[in-house]
Amino acid sequence: MKKRNYNLIFGIIITAFVVVLLLIGIFWTPYNPDTMNVKLRLTGPSAEHLLGCDNFGRDIFSRVLKGGVSTLWISVATVLFGLVCGIIVGAFTGYYGGVLDEVVMRLNDVLNSFPSILLSLVFVSLLGPGKKNVVIALGLLFIPSFARITRSEFSRIKSLDYVKCAKLEGVPPLRIMFVHILPNAVNTLLSTTAIGFNNAVLAEASLSFLGIGVQPPDPSLGRMLAESQTYLFSAPWYTLSAGGMIILLILGFGLLSDGLGDIE
Amino acid sequence: MLEVKNLVIRFHDRIGGEAVHGVSFNMEAGERLGIVGESGAGKTLTALAITRLLKSETTEIDGEINFMGKDILHTSDKEMRDIRGKDIGFIFQDPVASLNPLMKVGPQIEEPLLLHTELSKQERQKRVLQAINDVDLPDPDVTIRKYPHQLSGGQCQRVMIASALICHPALLIADEPTTALDVTVQTQIIKLLKRKNEQENVGILYISHDLSLVRRLCTRVIVMYHGDIVESGDVEQVFTQPREAYTQRLIAAIPTRSKRYV
Repeated sequence: MKKRNYNLIFGIIITAFVVVLLLIGIFWTPYNPDTMNVKLRLTGPSAEHLLGCDNFGRDIFSRVLKGGVSTLWISVATVLFGLVCGIIVGAFTGYYGGVLDEVVMRLNDVLNSFPSILLSLVFVSLLGPGKKNVVIALGLLFIPSFARITRSEFSRIKSLDYVKCAKLEGVPPLRIMFVHILPNAVNTLLSTTAIGFNNAVLAEASLSFLGIGVQPPDPSLGRMLAESQTYLFSAPWYTLSAGGMIILLILGFGLLSDGLGDIE
Repeated sequence: MLEVKNLVIRFHDRIGGEAVHGVSFNMEAGERLGIVGESGAGKTLTALAITRLLKSETTEIDGEINFMGKDILHTSDKEMRDIRGKDIGFIFQDPVASLNPLMKVGPQIEEPLLLHTELSKQERQKRVLQAINDVDLPDPDVTIRKYPHQLSGGQCQRVMIASALICHPALLIADEPTTALDVTVQTQIIKLLKRKNEQENVGILYISHDLSLVRRLCTRVIVMYHGDIVESGDVEQVFTQPREAYTQRLIAAIPTRSKRYV
Protein backbone atom coordinates (compact mmCIF):
# COMPACT_ATOMS: atom_id res chain seq x y z
CA MET A 1 0.00 0.00 0.00
CA LYS A 2 1.20 3.46 -0.83
CA LYS A 3 2.19 5.43 2.22
CA ARG A 4 0.36 8.70 2.53
CA ASN A 5 2.52 11.76 2.41
CA TYR A 6 1.53 13.20 5.80
CA ASN A 7 4.32 15.78 5.70
CA LEU A 8 2.86 17.21 2.53
CA ILE A 9 -0.74 17.07 3.75
CA PHE A 10 -0.06 18.81 7.08
CA GLY A 11 2.39 21.18 5.40
CA ILE A 12 -0.26 22.29 2.95
CA ILE A 13 -2.93 22.60 5.66
CA ILE A 14 -0.75 24.70 7.99
CA THR A 15 0.68 26.85 5.23
CA ALA A 16 -2.74 27.40 3.69
CA PHE A 17 -4.18 28.35 7.09
CA VAL A 18 -1.41 30.84 7.79
CA VAL A 19 -1.37 32.30 4.30
CA VAL A 20 -5.17 32.77 4.26
CA LEU A 21 -4.99 34.40 7.69
CA LEU A 22 -2.25 36.73 6.51
CA LEU A 23 -4.01 37.49 3.23
CA ILE A 24 -6.98 38.63 5.29
CA GLY A 25 -4.53 40.61 7.40
CA ILE A 26 -3.44 42.60 4.36
CA PHE A 27 -6.90 44.07 3.90
CA TRP A 28 -8.53 43.86 7.28
CA THR A 29 -7.51 43.65 10.89
CA PRO A 30 -9.94 43.72 13.84
CA TYR A 31 -8.35 46.93 15.16
CA ASN A 32 -5.84 49.40 13.84
CA PRO A 33 -2.55 47.75 14.83
CA ASP A 34 -1.01 51.09 15.74
CA THR A 35 -3.81 52.54 17.90
CA MET A 36 -2.71 52.75 21.51
CA ASN A 37 -5.05 52.57 24.47
CA VAL A 38 -3.51 52.96 27.91
CA LYS A 39 -6.56 51.55 29.66
CA LEU A 40 -6.09 48.21 27.92
CA ARG A 41 -2.36 47.99 28.69
CA LEU A 42 -1.26 44.33 28.96
CA THR A 43 -4.79 42.97 29.31
CA GLY A 44 -5.13 39.23 28.68
CA PRO A 45 -7.01 37.52 25.86
CA SER A 46 -10.71 38.28 25.81
CA ALA A 47 -13.66 38.18 23.44
CA GLU A 48 -12.90 41.72 22.20
CA HIS A 49 -9.15 41.23 21.95
CA LEU A 50 -8.51 37.60 20.95
CA LEU A 51 -4.85 37.57 21.90
CA GLY A 52 -4.93 40.38 24.44
CA CYS A 53 -3.11 43.71 24.28
CA ASP A 54 0.54 44.74 24.46
CA ASN A 55 2.40 47.21 26.67
CA PHE A 56 0.87 50.17 24.76
CA GLY A 57 -2.61 48.70 24.75
CA ARG A 58 -2.48 47.76 21.05
CA ASP A 59 -4.43 44.72 19.87
CA ILE A 60 -1.93 41.86 19.60
CA PHE A 61 -3.96 39.83 17.12
CA SER A 62 -4.00 42.75 14.67
CA ARG A 63 -0.30 43.30 15.18
CA VAL A 64 0.52 39.60 14.69
CA LEU A 65 -1.41 39.69 11.41
CA LYS A 66 0.33 42.83 10.17
CA GLY A 67 3.70 41.61 11.40
CA GLY A 68 3.17 38.23 9.76
CA VAL A 69 2.30 39.93 6.50
CA SER A 70 5.48 41.96 6.46
CA THR A 71 7.53 38.89 7.41
CA LEU A 72 5.88 36.95 4.59
CA TRP A 73 6.51 39.70 2.03
CA ILE A 74 10.13 39.97 3.01
CA SER A 75 10.57 36.18 2.87
CA VAL A 76 8.91 35.89 -0.54
CA ALA A 77 10.96 38.73 -2.00
CA THR A 78 14.15 37.36 -0.46
CA VAL A 79 13.59 33.85 -1.73
CA LEU A 80 12.63 35.05 -5.22
CA PHE A 81 15.72 37.25 -5.39
CA GLY A 82 17.98 34.42 -4.21
CA LEU A 83 16.25 31.84 -6.37
CA VAL A 84 16.44 33.76 -9.64
CA CYS A 85 20.08 34.78 -9.14
CA GLY A 86 20.95 31.31 -7.84
CA ILE A 87 19.37 29.58 -10.82
CA ILE A 88 21.25 31.77 -13.27
CA VAL A 89 24.58 31.25 -11.51
CA GLY A 90 23.96 27.52 -11.03
CA ALA A 91 22.79 27.02 -14.61
CA PHE A 92 25.89 28.50 -16.19
CA THR A 93 28.38 26.89 -13.81
CA GLY A 94 26.67 23.52 -13.97
CA TYR A 95 26.24 23.49 -17.72
CA TYR A 96 29.64 24.80 -18.76
CA GLY A 97 31.74 23.54 -15.86
CA GLY A 98 35.48 24.12 -16.14
CA VAL A 99 37.32 27.14 -14.77
CA LEU A 100 34.21 29.34 -14.44
CA ASP A 101 32.58 26.65 -12.32
CA GLU A 102 35.62 26.32 -10.04
CA VAL A 103 35.99 30.05 -9.46
CA VAL A 104 32.30 30.79 -8.84
CA MET A 105 31.80 27.79 -6.60
CA ARG A 106 34.83 28.66 -4.46
CA LEU A 107 33.39 32.19 -4.07
CA ASN A 108 30.21 30.44 -3.02
CA ASP A 109 32.14 28.49 -0.40
CA VAL A 110 33.65 31.69 0.95
CA LEU A 111 30.21 33.30 1.24
CA ASN A 112 28.88 30.14 2.88
CA SER A 113 31.64 29.90 5.46
CA PHE A 114 30.57 33.10 7.26
CA PRO A 115 27.73 32.84 9.77
CA SER A 116 24.75 34.20 7.85
CA ILE A 117 23.45 36.42 10.64
CA LEU A 118 26.85 38.09 10.89
CA LEU A 119 26.98 38.71 7.14
CA SER A 120 23.48 40.11 7.03
CA LEU A 121 24.36 42.39 9.96
CA VAL A 122 27.30 43.65 7.92
CA PHE A 123 25.15 44.18 4.83
CA VAL A 124 22.35 45.94 6.69
CA SER A 125 24.76 48.18 8.56
CA LEU A 126 26.29 49.14 5.21
CA LEU A 127 22.96 49.67 3.45
CA GLY A 128 21.01 50.99 6.44
CA PRO A 129 17.95 49.31 8.00
CA GLY A 130 14.55 49.01 6.32
CA LYS A 131 12.53 46.40 4.50
CA LYS A 132 14.15 46.85 1.09
CA ASN A 133 17.67 46.54 2.41
CA VAL A 134 16.80 43.50 4.47
CA VAL A 135 15.55 41.84 1.30
CA ILE A 136 18.75 42.68 -0.59
CA ALA A 137 21.00 41.57 2.27
CA LEU A 138 19.19 38.28 2.86
CA GLY A 139 18.70 37.65 -0.87
CA LEU A 140 22.43 37.89 -1.49
CA LEU A 141 23.02 35.40 1.31
CA PHE A 142 20.53 33.00 -0.23
CA ILE A 143 22.19 32.87 -3.65
CA PRO A 144 24.87 30.28 -2.76
CA SER A 145 22.47 27.60 -1.53
CA PHE A 146 20.22 27.89 -4.58
CA ALA A 147 23.19 28.11 -6.93
CA ARG A 148 24.70 24.96 -5.46
CA ILE A 149 21.52 22.91 -5.83
CA THR A 150 20.88 24.20 -9.36
CA ARG A 151 24.45 23.51 -10.34
CA SER A 152 24.38 19.91 -9.16
CA GLU A 153 21.07 19.27 -10.95
CA PHE A 154 22.34 20.85 -14.16
CA SER A 155 25.59 18.95 -14.20
CA ARG A 156 23.66 15.71 -13.61
CA ILE A 157 21.02 16.36 -16.27
CA LYS A 158 23.35 17.76 -18.92
CA SER A 159 24.91 14.34 -19.48
CA LEU A 160 21.55 12.60 -19.97
CA ASP A 161 20.63 11.33 -23.42
CA TYR A 162 17.83 13.77 -24.13
CA VAL A 163 20.14 16.72 -23.62
CA LYS A 164 22.66 15.14 -25.99
CA CYS A 165 19.84 14.64 -28.44
CA ALA A 166 18.86 18.27 -28.13
CA LYS A 167 22.45 19.23 -28.89
CA LEU A 168 22.38 16.94 -31.90
CA GLU A 169 19.28 18.73 -33.11
CA GLY A 170 21.25 21.95 -33.05
CA VAL A 171 19.51 23.50 -30.03
CA PRO A 172 21.52 26.52 -28.82
CA PRO A 173 22.94 26.38 -25.25
CA LEU A 174 20.59 28.91 -23.63
CA ARG A 175 17.54 27.05 -24.91
CA ILE A 176 18.99 23.74 -23.71
CA MET A 177 19.59 25.21 -20.26
CA PHE A 178 16.22 26.84 -19.70
CA VAL A 179 13.84 24.80 -21.86
CA HIS A 180 15.29 21.31 -21.58
CA ILE A 181 17.19 21.18 -18.29
CA LEU A 182 15.48 23.63 -15.93
CA PRO A 183 11.99 22.06 -16.01
CA ASN A 184 13.57 18.73 -15.12
CA ALA A 185 15.29 20.29 -12.11
CA VAL A 186 12.11 21.92 -10.76
CA ASN A 187 11.29 19.03 -8.46
CA THR A 188 14.48 19.46 -6.46
CA LEU A 189 14.32 23.24 -6.63
CA LEU A 190 10.76 23.27 -5.23
CA SER A 191 11.66 21.61 -1.97
CA THR A 192 14.76 23.79 -1.70
CA THR A 193 12.58 26.84 -2.19
CA ALA A 194 10.27 25.77 0.61
CA ILE A 195 13.27 25.33 2.92
CA GLY A 196 14.44 28.73 1.71
CA PHE A 197 11.18 30.33 2.90
CA ASN A 198 11.77 28.72 6.23
CA ASN A 199 15.22 30.21 6.57
CA ALA A 200 14.03 33.56 5.28
CA VAL A 201 11.26 33.79 7.90
CA LEU A 202 13.76 32.93 10.64
CA ALA A 203 16.40 35.32 9.32
CA GLU A 204 13.94 38.20 9.00
CA ALA A 205 12.62 37.56 12.50
CA SER A 206 16.18 37.47 13.85
CA LEU A 207 17.12 40.74 12.17
CA SER A 208 13.99 42.45 13.46
CA PHE A 209 14.61 40.97 16.91
CA LEU A 210 18.02 42.62 16.85
CA GLY A 211 16.37 45.84 15.79
CA ILE A 212 17.84 46.19 12.32
CA GLY A 213 14.97 44.77 10.28
CA VAL A 214 11.53 46.30 10.05
CA GLN A 215 11.50 49.67 11.82
CA PRO A 216 8.86 50.77 14.32
CA PRO A 217 6.03 51.69 14.33
CA ASP A 218 5.52 48.98 11.66
CA PRO A 219 4.70 45.74 13.47
CA SER A 220 7.08 42.84 13.00
CA LEU A 221 7.10 39.42 14.57
CA GLY A 222 10.77 39.56 15.55
CA ARG A 223 10.40 42.98 17.06
CA MET A 224 7.33 41.93 19.03
CA LEU A 225 9.30 39.03 20.46
CA ALA A 226 12.05 41.37 21.55
CA GLU A 227 9.61 43.82 23.17
CA SER A 228 7.62 41.10 24.90
CA GLN A 229 10.69 39.76 26.72
CA THR A 230 10.21 42.27 29.51
CA TYR A 231 6.64 41.07 30.11
CA LEU A 232 7.37 37.36 29.74
CA PHE A 233 5.82 36.54 33.12
CA SER A 234 3.27 39.32 33.51
CA ALA A 235 1.84 38.98 29.96
CA PRO A 236 2.92 35.61 28.50
CA TRP A 237 0.26 35.81 25.75
CA TYR A 238 2.28 38.58 24.09
CA THR A 239 5.35 36.39 23.60
CA LEU A 240 3.30 33.31 22.80
CA SER A 241 1.30 35.07 20.07
CA ALA A 242 4.31 36.45 18.23
CA GLY A 243 6.32 33.25 18.71
CA GLY A 244 3.33 31.11 17.75
CA MET A 245 2.98 32.89 14.43
CA ILE A 246 6.66 32.34 13.64
CA ILE A 247 6.35 28.69 14.62
CA LEU A 248 3.28 28.20 12.40
CA LEU A 249 5.02 29.80 9.41
CA ILE A 250 8.16 27.74 9.82
CA LEU A 251 6.40 24.50 10.64
CA GLY A 252 4.18 24.86 7.57
CA PHE A 253 7.02 25.56 5.16
CA GLY A 254 9.23 22.92 6.77
CA LEU A 255 6.63 20.16 6.42
CA LEU A 256 5.85 21.36 2.90
CA SER A 257 9.51 21.11 1.96
CA ASP A 258 9.84 17.61 3.42
CA GLY A 259 6.65 16.55 1.72
CA LEU A 260 7.71 17.93 -1.65
CA GLY A 261 11.03 16.16 -1.30
CA ASP A 262 9.23 12.85 -0.78
CA ILE A 263 7.21 13.10 -3.99
CA GLU A 264 8.50 10.56 -6.49
CA MET B 1 28.30 13.51 -49.74
CA LEU B 2 30.31 12.44 -46.70
CA GLU B 3 34.02 11.94 -46.88
CA VAL B 4 36.09 10.92 -43.86
CA LYS B 5 39.85 10.94 -44.35
CA ASN B 6 42.42 9.66 -41.89
CA LEU B 7 40.27 10.32 -38.86
CA VAL B 8 42.27 10.02 -35.65
CA ILE B 9 40.67 10.47 -32.23
CA ARG B 10 42.87 10.82 -29.16
CA PHE B 11 41.90 11.33 -25.54
CA HIS B 12 43.65 13.83 -23.33
CA ASP B 13 42.03 12.90 -20.08
CA ARG B 14 43.65 11.04 -17.19
CA ILE B 15 43.81 7.70 -18.98
CA GLY B 16 44.62 9.03 -22.42
CA GLY B 17 45.32 7.00 -25.53
CA GLU B 18 44.21 6.79 -29.11
CA ALA B 19 40.77 5.32 -29.78
CA VAL B 20 40.48 5.67 -33.55
CA HIS B 21 43.62 5.39 -35.66
CA GLY B 22 43.24 6.82 -39.12
CA VAL B 23 39.82 5.79 -40.39
CA SER B 24 38.83 6.71 -43.96
CA PHE B 25 35.56 6.07 -45.77
CA ASN B 26 33.12 7.68 -48.19
CA MET B 27 29.37 7.82 -48.32
CA GLU B 28 27.25 8.64 -51.33
CA ALA B 29 23.97 10.54 -51.10
CA GLY B 30 21.11 8.22 -50.26
CA GLU B 31 23.41 5.33 -49.42
CA ARG B 32 22.80 2.92 -46.57
CA LEU B 33 26.14 2.28 -44.91
CA GLY B 34 26.63 0.06 -41.90
CA ILE B 35 29.47 0.20 -39.40
CA VAL B 36 29.85 -2.98 -37.39
CA GLY B 37 32.29 -4.07 -34.73
CA GLU B 38 32.42 -5.03 -31.09
CA SER B 39 32.06 -2.63 -28.16
CA GLY B 40 34.98 -0.24 -27.99
CA ALA B 41 35.82 -0.55 -31.68
CA GLY B 42 35.36 3.18 -32.17
CA LYS B 43 32.07 3.10 -34.07
CA THR B 44 30.20 5.62 -31.94
CA LEU B 45 33.25 7.87 -31.58
CA THR B 46 33.53 8.06 -35.36
CA ALA B 47 29.86 9.02 -35.62
CA LEU B 48 30.11 11.62 -32.88
CA ALA B 49 33.16 13.10 -34.59
CA ILE B 50 31.04 13.68 -37.70
CA THR B 51 28.65 15.80 -35.65
CA ARG B 52 31.58 17.22 -33.66
CA LEU B 53 29.94 16.49 -30.36
CA LEU B 54 33.07 15.18 -28.63
CA LYS B 55 34.32 17.33 -25.77
CA SER B 56 37.07 19.54 -27.17
CA GLU B 57 38.87 19.79 -23.82
CA THR B 58 39.50 16.07 -23.53
CA THR B 59 39.58 14.82 -27.11
CA GLU B 60 41.69 15.70 -30.08
CA ILE B 61 40.42 14.98 -33.58
CA ASP B 62 42.81 14.83 -36.51
CA GLY B 63 42.13 14.23 -40.15
CA GLU B 64 39.47 15.56 -42.43
CA ILE B 65 35.69 15.27 -42.53
CA ASN B 66 33.90 16.76 -45.51
CA PHE B 67 30.14 16.86 -45.44
CA MET B 68 28.30 18.39 -48.42
CA GLY B 69 31.33 20.52 -49.27
CA LYS B 70 31.86 21.73 -45.70
CA ASP B 71 34.99 21.07 -43.69
CA ILE B 72 33.28 19.83 -40.52
CA LEU B 73 36.32 19.99 -38.26
CA HIS B 74 36.94 23.65 -39.04
CA THR B 75 33.50 25.23 -39.02
CA SER B 76 32.32 27.58 -36.28
CA ASP B 77 30.12 26.33 -33.45
CA LYS B 78 27.18 28.30 -34.80
CA GLU B 79 27.48 26.80 -38.28
CA MET B 80 27.77 23.41 -36.67
CA ARG B 81 24.48 23.96 -34.80
CA ASP B 82 22.87 24.77 -38.14
CA ILE B 83 24.15 21.52 -39.61
CA ARG B 84 23.01 19.42 -36.68
CA GLY B 85 19.33 18.69 -36.85
CA LYS B 86 18.98 20.28 -40.29
CA ASP B 87 21.47 18.38 -42.46
CA ILE B 88 22.39 15.58 -40.09
CA GLY B 89 19.82 13.75 -38.02
CA PHE B 90 20.81 11.50 -35.15
CA ILE B 91 19.03 8.71 -33.34
CA PHE B 92 20.31 6.98 -30.25
CA GLN B 93 20.36 3.60 -28.65
CA ASP B 94 17.86 4.30 -25.86
CA PRO B 95 14.81 6.05 -27.33
CA VAL B 96 13.04 6.51 -23.99
CA ALA B 97 16.02 8.31 -22.47
CA SER B 98 16.47 10.36 -25.65
CA LEU B 99 13.21 12.22 -25.15
CA ASN B 100 12.79 14.99 -22.62
CA PRO B 101 10.42 13.45 -20.03
CA LEU B 102 8.66 16.75 -19.33
CA MET B 103 8.05 17.80 -22.92
CA LYS B 104 5.13 16.57 -24.97
CA VAL B 105 5.89 14.59 -28.09
CA GLY B 106 4.62 17.25 -30.49
CA PRO B 107 6.94 20.06 -29.39
CA GLN B 108 9.89 17.66 -29.36
CA ILE B 109 9.34 16.67 -32.97
CA GLU B 110 8.73 20.29 -33.83
CA GLU B 111 11.90 21.63 -32.24
CA PRO B 112 14.27 21.20 -35.23
CA LEU B 113 11.72 23.04 -37.42
CA LEU B 114 11.50 25.83 -34.88
CA LEU B 115 15.27 26.20 -34.85
CA HIS B 116 16.17 25.65 -38.49
CA THR B 117 13.25 26.93 -40.55
CA GLU B 118 11.13 30.06 -40.81
CA LEU B 119 7.85 28.21 -41.06
CA SER B 120 4.75 29.61 -39.37
CA LYS B 121 3.13 27.86 -36.44
CA GLN B 122 0.39 26.31 -38.57
CA GLU B 123 2.86 25.03 -41.16
CA ARG B 124 5.05 23.52 -38.47
CA GLN B 125 2.04 21.87 -36.89
CA LYS B 126 1.08 20.40 -40.26
CA ARG B 127 4.57 19.05 -40.82
CA VAL B 128 4.62 17.49 -37.32
CA LEU B 129 1.32 15.71 -37.89
CA GLN B 130 2.55 14.54 -41.29
CA ALA B 131 5.81 13.30 -39.76
CA ILE B 132 3.99 11.34 -37.05
CA ASN B 133 1.83 9.79 -39.69
CA ASP B 134 4.90 8.93 -41.79
CA VAL B 135 6.51 6.91 -39.03
CA ASP B 136 3.33 4.85 -38.57
CA LEU B 137 2.34 6.19 -35.17
CA PRO B 138 -1.39 5.97 -34.52
CA ASP B 139 -3.67 9.03 -34.14
CA PRO B 140 -1.28 11.95 -34.76
CA ASP B 141 -3.70 14.38 -33.10
CA VAL B 142 -3.64 12.39 -29.88
CA THR B 143 0.02 11.40 -30.03
CA ILE B 144 1.36 14.96 -30.16
CA ARG B 145 -0.24 15.64 -26.81
CA LYS B 146 1.29 12.60 -25.11
CA TYR B 147 4.34 12.53 -22.86
CA PRO B 148 7.19 10.10 -23.60
CA HIS B 149 6.31 7.89 -20.61
CA GLN B 150 2.93 7.22 -22.18
CA LEU B 151 4.58 5.62 -25.22
CA SER B 152 6.33 2.29 -25.62
CA GLY B 153 10.02 2.00 -26.46
CA GLY B 154 9.31 1.32 -30.11
CA GLN B 155 6.95 4.27 -30.32
CA CYS B 156 9.55 6.52 -28.71
CA GLN B 157 12.07 5.45 -31.33
CA ARG B 158 9.53 6.32 -34.03
CA VAL B 159 9.15 9.75 -32.44
CA MET B 160 12.94 10.14 -32.51
CA ILE B 161 13.03 9.17 -36.17
CA ALA B 162 10.23 11.62 -36.96
CA SER B 163 12.12 14.37 -35.16
CA ALA B 164 15.47 13.51 -36.75
CA LEU B 165 14.01 13.48 -40.26
CA ILE B 166 11.61 16.41 -40.02
CA CYS B 167 14.02 18.87 -41.64
CA HIS B 168 14.77 16.38 -44.45
CA PRO B 169 18.46 15.94 -43.61
CA ALA B 170 20.90 14.47 -46.09
CA LEU B 171 22.32 12.09 -43.50
CA LEU B 172 20.80 10.15 -40.65
CA ILE B 173 23.22 8.66 -38.16
CA ALA B 174 21.63 5.80 -36.29
CA ASP B 175 23.70 4.65 -33.31
CA GLU B 176 22.39 1.18 -32.41
CA PRO B 177 18.81 2.39 -32.69
CA THR B 178 17.28 -1.03 -32.08
CA THR B 179 19.45 -2.41 -29.30
CA ALA B 180 16.98 -1.48 -26.56
CA LEU B 181 13.96 -2.81 -28.47
CA ASP B 182 12.58 -6.31 -28.78
CA VAL B 183 13.00 -8.36 -31.92
CA THR B 184 9.67 -7.72 -33.62
CA VAL B 185 9.94 -3.99 -33.05
CA GLN B 186 13.51 -4.11 -34.38
CA THR B 187 12.22 -5.45 -37.66
CA GLN B 188 9.60 -2.71 -37.90
CA ILE B 189 12.14 0.02 -37.21
CA ILE B 190 14.53 -1.39 -39.82
CA LYS B 191 11.72 -1.48 -42.37
CA LEU B 192 10.78 2.08 -41.50
CA LEU B 193 14.35 3.29 -41.93
CA LYS B 194 14.63 1.51 -45.26
CA ARG B 195 11.38 3.04 -46.48
CA LYS B 196 12.43 6.52 -45.38
CA ASN B 197 15.73 6.05 -47.19
CA GLU B 198 13.99 5.10 -50.38
CA GLN B 199 11.30 7.80 -50.18
CA GLU B 200 13.40 10.74 -49.11
CA ASN B 201 16.83 9.70 -50.30
CA VAL B 202 18.31 10.29 -46.85
CA GLY B 203 21.69 8.63 -46.40
CA ILE B 204 21.75 6.30 -43.42
CA LEU B 205 24.87 5.60 -41.41
CA TYR B 206 23.86 2.62 -39.34
CA ILE B 207 26.03 1.69 -36.39
CA SER B 208 25.44 -1.68 -34.84
CA HIS B 209 26.93 -4.84 -33.47
CA ASP B 210 23.95 -6.78 -34.78
CA LEU B 211 25.25 -8.14 -38.06
CA SER B 212 22.01 -9.68 -39.23
CA LEU B 213 20.19 -6.31 -38.98
CA VAL B 214 22.99 -4.60 -40.88
CA ARG B 215 22.73 -7.21 -43.57
CA ARG B 216 19.02 -6.55 -43.94
CA LEU B 217 19.26 -2.78 -44.01
CA CYS B 218 22.55 -1.74 -45.54
CA THR B 219 24.05 -1.92 -48.99
CA ARG B 220 27.62 -1.43 -47.92
CA VAL B 221 29.36 -2.26 -44.64
CA ILE B 222 32.50 -1.27 -42.77
CA VAL B 223 33.95 -3.61 -40.18
CA MET B 224 35.84 -1.88 -37.38
CA TYR B 225 38.14 -3.46 -34.84
CA HIS B 226 40.13 -1.61 -32.15
CA GLY B 227 39.89 1.72 -33.93
CA ASP B 228 40.77 0.51 -37.41
CA ILE B 229 38.73 -0.44 -40.43
CA VAL B 230 39.60 -4.07 -41.10
CA GLU B 231 37.28 -4.69 -43.99
CA SER B 232 34.71 -2.88 -46.08
CA GLY B 233 32.65 -3.52 -49.14
CA ASP B 234 29.32 -4.63 -50.48
CA VAL B 235 27.20 -6.12 -47.73
CA GLU B 236 26.50 -9.48 -49.43
CA GLN B 237 30.12 -9.88 -50.39
CA VAL B 238 31.41 -9.19 -46.91
CA PHE B 239 28.90 -11.55 -45.39
CA THR B 240 29.32 -14.41 -47.83
CA GLN B 241 33.03 -14.11 -48.59
CA PRO B 242 34.72 -12.35 -45.68
CA ARG B 243 38.39 -11.83 -46.35
CA GLU B 244 39.63 -10.97 -42.89
CA ALA B 245 39.86 -13.47 -40.07
CA TYR B 246 38.17 -11.04 -37.69
CA THR B 247 35.16 -10.64 -39.96
CA GLN B 248 34.91 -14.40 -40.30
CA ARG B 249 34.88 -14.78 -36.53
CA LEU B 250 32.23 -12.06 -36.20
CA ILE B 251 29.99 -13.72 -38.74
CA ALA B 252 30.49 -17.11 -37.13
CA ALA B 253 29.22 -15.58 -33.90
CA ILE B 254 25.79 -14.72 -35.31
CA PRO B 255 23.30 -16.93 -33.49
CA THR B 256 21.18 -19.03 -35.84
CA ARG B 257 18.18 -21.23 -35.34
CA SER B 258 20.29 -24.38 -35.31
CA LYS B 259 22.68 -22.99 -32.71
CA ARG B 260 20.55 -22.49 -29.65
CA TYR B 261 22.15 -21.10 -26.51
CA VAL B 262 19.91 -22.44 -23.81
